[in-house]
Amino acid sequence: MDPIIKLEGISKQFGKVNALEDISFQLFPGEVHCLLGDNGAGKSTLIKILSGVHRPSRGEFLFEGKPVHLDSPRQALDMGIATVFQDLAMLSLMSITRNFFLGREPKKRLGPVQLFDATYAARITEEELRKIGIKIRDADQPVGTLSGGERQAVAIARAVYFGAKVLILDEPTSALGVKEAAVVLKYIVQSKLKGIGVIFITHNVHHAWAVGDTFTVLNRGRSYGTFKREETHRENLLQMMAGGEELDELAVELDLISKRDPGQAGEIEHRMAKELE
Amino acid sequence: MNFKKLLTRPEFGAFVAAVGIFVFFAAVAGEGFLSISGTINYLEVAAQVGILAVSVSLLMIAGEFDLSVGSMIGASGMIIALAVTQFDWPLWLAIIVAFLFSLVVGYVNGWLVIKTRLPSFIITLASMFLLRGLTIGFTLLITNVTRASGLGTYTEGDFLAPLFLGRPLGLPISIWWWIGLSLILGWMLFRTPFGNWVFAAGGDALAARNVGVPVARVKISLFMLTAASATLLAIIQVLDTGSADVLRGEQKELEAIASAVIGGCLLSGGYGSVYGAAIGALILGMVQEGIVFTRISTDWFRAVLGGMLLAAVLLNNYLRHRALRSR
Repeated sequence: MDPIIKLEGISKQFGKVNALEDISFQLFPGEVHCLLGDNGAGKSTLIKILSGVHRPSRGEFLFEGKPVHLDSPRQALDMGIATVFQDLAMLSLMSITRNFFLGREPKKRLGPVQLFDATYAARITEEELRKIGIKIRDADQPVGTLSGGERQAVAIARAVYFGAKVLILDEPTSALGVKEAAVVLKYIVQSKLKGIGVIFITHNVHHAWAVGDTFTVLNRGRSYGTFKREETHRENLLQMMAGGEELDELAVELDLISKRDPGQAGEIEHRMAKELE
Repeated sequence: MNFKKLLTRPEFGAFVAAVGIFVFFAAVAGEGFLSISGTINYLEVAAQVGILAVSVSLLMIAGEFDLSVGSMIGASGMIIALAVTQFDWPLWLAIIVAFLFSLVVGYVNGWLVIKTRLPSFIITLASMFLLRGLTIGFTLLITNVTRASGLGTYTEGDFLAPLFLGRPLGLPISIWWWIGLSLILGWMLFRTPFGNWVFAAGGDALAARNVGVPVARVKISLFMLTAASATLLAIIQVLDTGSADVLRGEQKELEAIASAVIGGCLLSGGYGSVYGAAIGALILGMVQEGIVFTRISTDWFRAVLGGMLLAAVLLNNYLRHRALRSR
């Protein structure tokens, strides 16, 4: 099978800062590809390149085997690359229906004028949300009345409805409680089963491990490589994400502290080790 | 539509207030206020604010201000008056040129706001002073006075004038324009894709742009609309009074914003209603003329307006929070 997206040696500079350095990356249809990395690793720069917000400084971006040069998110969207940004791009005072169809309003004609077909839009919105298991009382209610997980669901349902071939999810679970995160993970699997290639950006290894097929770990703008699920395990990913050496350094520092104040430092060390598990 | 949905509409507060104010003046000053001439009086005052307020409300929903509409009224009025009385242009040509001028000014306002990313408050504050100053300066340069009068004779036989003059079915033409614009713009806001984009441009411009909404185009065209509506009002005033004055329209921009806010528009954009703004203008008209029929001095009008504005903002804030809480 051919990859739907292929990046070859992608770099991005902002002035003198190298945000991304020589990133190569592939995404296949029906695959959940997790993009892992700590804050500042370059995840958001990479998805901004994938979604058409930024252009890469160097390197090649192939979509369905053909090189592409995206100038706007809208262009990416029209090709089938849908991005659900972290801030969700939802207008909380607008109704669910209007959000769902924003920028792609269904039209009906009335003489020379084009009308927004509100009844059709409301029906489709309700149907699509029901399909992924969300019951809303009224598609006319403002998005602001939905919970964080429900908003993610609406955003994902919208992308799927408009024929996304690639779904990019930017930290979809980071602001959610445990139950809601689980529901969003379920939508990720549903989308994958429809043959959509999903890029799942997260810094939560547990969430990534629950649904991921492949994992790419970024650290300070560079890639530690891409790993298939069979080739790696969770602890490995975690270690890479934190940057192996840095954790070792931390251990040394904690060691020094513990010599000065054994009791307290030991306690902290224990707690940190437990957190990182 | 059920009752709860009605409660969460942005114009609900204004509607209740309008009914309350009508009942109040009907009870206190019924004889004058309820008479036909009294009704036409306050409707005409409301219409003059309302023509501006309905387009200003659209711009506010799109997240921007236009403080230059008041100055635009003065400028357009003088353009027409000078063109006709000093340069002997036919009235219809002067009207078309005034409209074109306002569209250019609106375009420049919008273009500057988009390109500089400065708040439209500052940009249009500058154009408010610029337009007013240029109007005064040029008028004095050309005529040596700040007024032009005697335009009444030029309307005869002009093919465009009947659109802006007279009293069809006994109601001043401004009332017809007010009602017509409210219906058309209100319908556009809720029933067309463009209306959806207006909400989105004001709610979150970046998010809207990301899904392909032409935010710049939406905002610039609304700046052109507000400027054009100021010109429309200027034409109606000039033809009605037969004169133009460089100071005409002062503070009208603030009355228009007040009407829009009373009608449920948020200052931060993304929420509001054209119908609400029209009702807001009606409230302004009723209060301003209603006071005349009571024995209270009209000097108090601005104090009442200020109090109403504050009350409206508090009420609408409360209603909006309720709307977001109700599930």
